[in-house]
Amino acid sequence: MPKGRVEVLEEKCKSCGLCVEACPNKVLKISDRINSKGYRPAEQFKEGCVACKMCAMMCPDVAIEVYRVES
Amino acid sequence: MAEVKIFERPKSMTDVSTHYCPGCTHGIVHRLVAEVIDELGIQEKTVGVAPVGCAVLLYNYINTDMYEAAHGRAPAVATGCKRVRPDLTVFTYQGDGDLASIGAAEIVHAANRGENITVIFINNAIYGMTGGQMAPTTLLKQRTTTCPFGRDPKANGYPIRVAEMLATLEAPGYIARVTVARPKYVIKTKEAIKKAFQTQIDGKGFSLVEVLSTCPTNWGMRPTEALKWLEENMIPYYPLGEFKLPN
Ligand SMILES: Cc1ncc(C[n+]2csc(CCOP(=O)(O)OP(=O)(O)O)c2C)c(N)n1
Ligand code: SF4
Ligand code: SF4
Ligand code: SF4
Ligand SMILES: [Mg+2]
Repeated sequence: MPKGRVEVLEEKCKSCGLCVEACPNKVLKISDRINSKGYRPAEQFKEGCVACKMCAMMCPDVAIEVYRVES
Repeated sequence: MAEVKIFERPKSMTDVSTHYCPGCTHGIVHRLVAEVIDELGIQEKTVGVAPVGCAVLLYNYINTDMYEAAHGRAPAVATGCKRVRPDLTVFTYQGDGDLASIGAAEIVHAANRGENITVIFINNAIYGMTGGQMAPTTLLKQRTTTCPFGRDPKANGYPIRVAEMLATLEAPGYIARVTVARPKYVIKTKEAIKKAFQTQIDGKGFSLVEVLSTCPTNWGMRPTEALKWLEENMIPYYPLGEFKLPN
């Protein structure tokens, strides 16, 4: 399995939850922080990202960047 | 250990945050259009036409030259642009109220003339911008502010299958229906949008991609529930697939 990591651009996020639902490995959640628009941005809260990009494909606000970790 | 960025905002999208409601799928489709423009290398040669509807501010988000058309008239504006400048790639982006209600004449005749333009058609089964009125694509029994007891075919007619209807015409080159309800469908939607643009670039005539989409706000659902509702209710009535291929 490839290893990956995602970065949520917190100011772009609208807390819709589509990425959380789409992640096959359930490594995303809605955080407790609040951005300047008043939304709680999503975050990767544990290891296990496989860089599949499904979260980013579903994000209507292009708020997710995906990285693949090359060993 | 090195890291490689494998997903980021496409170049043909501006860095502006959209005005859309949380979870509205307009944003997914905008991104796919921008990715296709990037991959085809046509950013400097593309002109978009924005509709009236929630996507009215499309010109703030797609980083190409853009027009804003009067309600429903985007295919007419695109026709003029493409005929004068056939070297450009011209697309419209229209909602179901815009395309299938007030703009029904324009879309039918642009398709029937085989205008060499590309239409991205967002079917979210409602008028989003104006507060959730019934669209020609609203499903039977679906509640909206103008059919609060559910769409009744006796009073309101039946939901129009735009892709199939236009595919009966001789001239169009490519017509497909796709959705963005899940990642696997998003991948197919991008392929269809690319085929549609390629049809135009190859001079094969009118192309249209109908995208089954959500309006969580006016459907009164959470964004995740709306995607589920789309999959369970819209796909059975609006089958996915390609209805016309360029020859
Ligand atoms: C000539 C004219 N008639 C009516 C309106 C009001 N109006 C604005 S948007 C809209 C419908 C939008 O629905 P749709 O095209 O489905 O787009 P959505 O917001 O759902 O993406 C209407 C009727 C208008 N702006 N101009
Ligand atoms: S890239 Fe795949 S595994 Fe990683 S967070 Fe996104 S959906 Fe989950
Ligand atoms: S899909 Fe995008 S906007 Fe929605 S919660 Fe995830 S990162 Fe935020
Ligand atoms: S009203 Fe509906 S279509 Fe318009 S931005 Fe909100 S969710 Fe999207
Ligand atoms: Mg609509």
